[in-house]
Amino acid sequence: MTIPCANGQPVLELTGIGKEFGAIRALHDVDMQVFPGEVVGLMGDNGAGKSTLVKIIAGNFRPTHGEIRFDGSAVHFYRPIDARAVGIEVVYQDLALADNLTAAANVFLGRELKRQFGPFAFLDHRAMAARALQLFGELRSETRPDDLVKQMSGGQRQAVAIARTRLSNAKLVMMDEPTAAISVRQVEQVLSLIHRLKEQGVAVMLISHRMPDVFAVCDRVVVMRRGEKRADKPIGDTSPEEVTALITGAKEAA
Amino acid sequence: MAMPLESPISFTNVGRIRWWQRGIFASQTGYVLLALLVLLVVMHFASPYFFTEGNMQNVAKNFSFIAIATLGVTFVIITGGIDLSVGSMMCFSAMITSMVMSSLSTPGMPGATLFVHLAADGKTVVANVPGLILLVSVLAGLGTALIAGLINGFCIAVLGLSPFVTTLGMLSIVRGLGYVVSNGRGSFPGGPDADYFYALTSGDLFGVPAPFIYLVILAVVMAVVLHHTTFGRHVFALGGNEKAAELTGIPVVRVKIQVYVICALAAGLQGIVVSGWLGSAPANMATSYELTIIAAAVIGGANLAGGIGGPLGAIVGCVLLEVIRNGLVLAQVSSYWQQTLVGVIIILAVLVDRIRSRMT
Repeated sequence: MTIPCANGQPVLELTGIGKEFGAIRALHDVDMQVFPGEVVGLMGDNGAGKSTLVKIIAGNFRPTHGEIRFDGSAVHFYRPIDARAVGIEVVYQDLALADNLTAAANVFLGRELKRQFGPFAFLDHRAMAARALQLFGELRSETRPDDLVKQMSGGQRQAVAIARTRLSNAKLVMMDEPTAAISVRQVEQVLSLIHRLKEQGVAVMLISHRMPDVFAVCDRVVVMRRGEKRADKPIGDTSPEEVTALITGAKEAA
Repeated sequence: MAMPLESPISFTNVGRIRWWQRGIFASQTGYVLLALLVLLVVMHFASPYFFTEGNMQNVAKNFSFIAIATLGVTFVIITGGIDLSVGSMMCFSAMITSMVMSSLSTPGMPGATLFVHLAADGKTVVANVPGLILLVSVLAGLGTALIAGLINGFCIAVLGLSPFVTTLGMLSIVRGLGYVVSNGRGSFPGGPDADYFYALTSGDLFGVPAPFIYLVILAVVMAVVLHHTTFGRHVFALGGNEKAAELTGIPVVRVKIQVYVICALAAGLQGIVVSGWLGSAPANMATSYELTIIAAAVIGGANLAGGIGGPLGAIVGCVLLEVIRNGLVLAQVSSYWQQTLVGVIIILAVLVDRIRSRMT
């Protein structure tokens, strides 16, 4: 197997991952490695096993077979919060934002900063706004911490969802179809956000149907079909035509 | 308002939203408040009695009689839920309070010896510790509300039943229990502590009605809780996007149970206060109040879809309803018109909000 950027230890290492739902075999014997600062595109048709794989890594499901190693040590996730604790963040397709709250409030949702006054803990609005502003700055997103998410563009919403993953200094960010429902200009913004994450040494897994996006930002592409990994190639060694053939099954493996 | 922060990036093409387009100025609460102020001016010119001290006290007292429960139901509405059991809860809680108070004050009843004894004349009942009976009976009333709130919260958050159906059931259960325990007659506060009870519920402090004082304190506490604590933030998040709240690790089940308990407690307290003013807790007390209370919350800007609402809106809604009622009385319009007008205002308030959000 080719290791495209062998800069040391992989951040995520899957060995022989399999998942069965009753009699249905959703995943079979998947091996995969993701390195720090690498952007991996995960492609495949509906039902190919992409979502199941992502959910296993994110702690939504437990694998029936195989082992997950994160940062060199074996990990077992029982709930999504366990995956988050070791540094795996997921940007969901619908972004999981509360429209009625501000950008800063959304970034800190569930992890609010507080100040203690005697027996009472109050929200530390200023610290959260300052940190959110800093994160948006790192992502070069024109987003103000005190603006309501309701009034934001698709690209800004993505920035808020991605800033959330930066809060905990995640080592692996998985993005589920981040460019599915937004305009061309906003797609550009999202792709540049992915570049920002890469610059900071974060590994990114991009789950996408959109061939141009995958070829624009990814270092490597992994193609799934019928629950198995059919290809794992550096982006330079393949072409959209080949990937399409792999996804549809016109070509069995590469 | 936060201090201007140093931004590491420039905002080239993202316009700043102006101050009058955000916060209260852009909310339904804002323009309903404006409408209320206009109405107050109109009332002043329409009736010389409106701004008299007596009438103002009357208005303050009357709207306080639904406003505390409205604060509670606003919590539930912000999470995207609804609580229809508040009216029945008011009645049942008040009834339990009165019954416990009377029972503990009657020598011969179980437990009464701990609280009262007979004076030397063999007829007068004297409290062992003044105020203790009142405290215990109010806690009993609120405890009942707490249990009903927990059951509502458990059914909705844990069992996943619809809030509408669950609380509709609770409305009936609690009202029925009220008839059962009082045999349909209702109950009266009695005993040596009854005077304290009346003083605390229908009395006043420097001319300000006691219920109004409770309301102001609770509203301030609610504003702080909603906007400056993690719990409040989670309440809004739950109403904005429940799935997001769950994915970000917010304890959704716990927050939901908490809001239904808060709502039931507010209704219970409200009922106890109202029964003090009425002098009794009849079994049909506060019938269909849930509709007035929810109407007040909605007029004040709480969004039944969740995510929007607050104590100011709840109070503005209650005041508006009361000023209209009071105005119609002063104008000698038949009080039957009141209900019709309230309905028109509910639709109007929501309609104006819809038109406004279309325009921006």
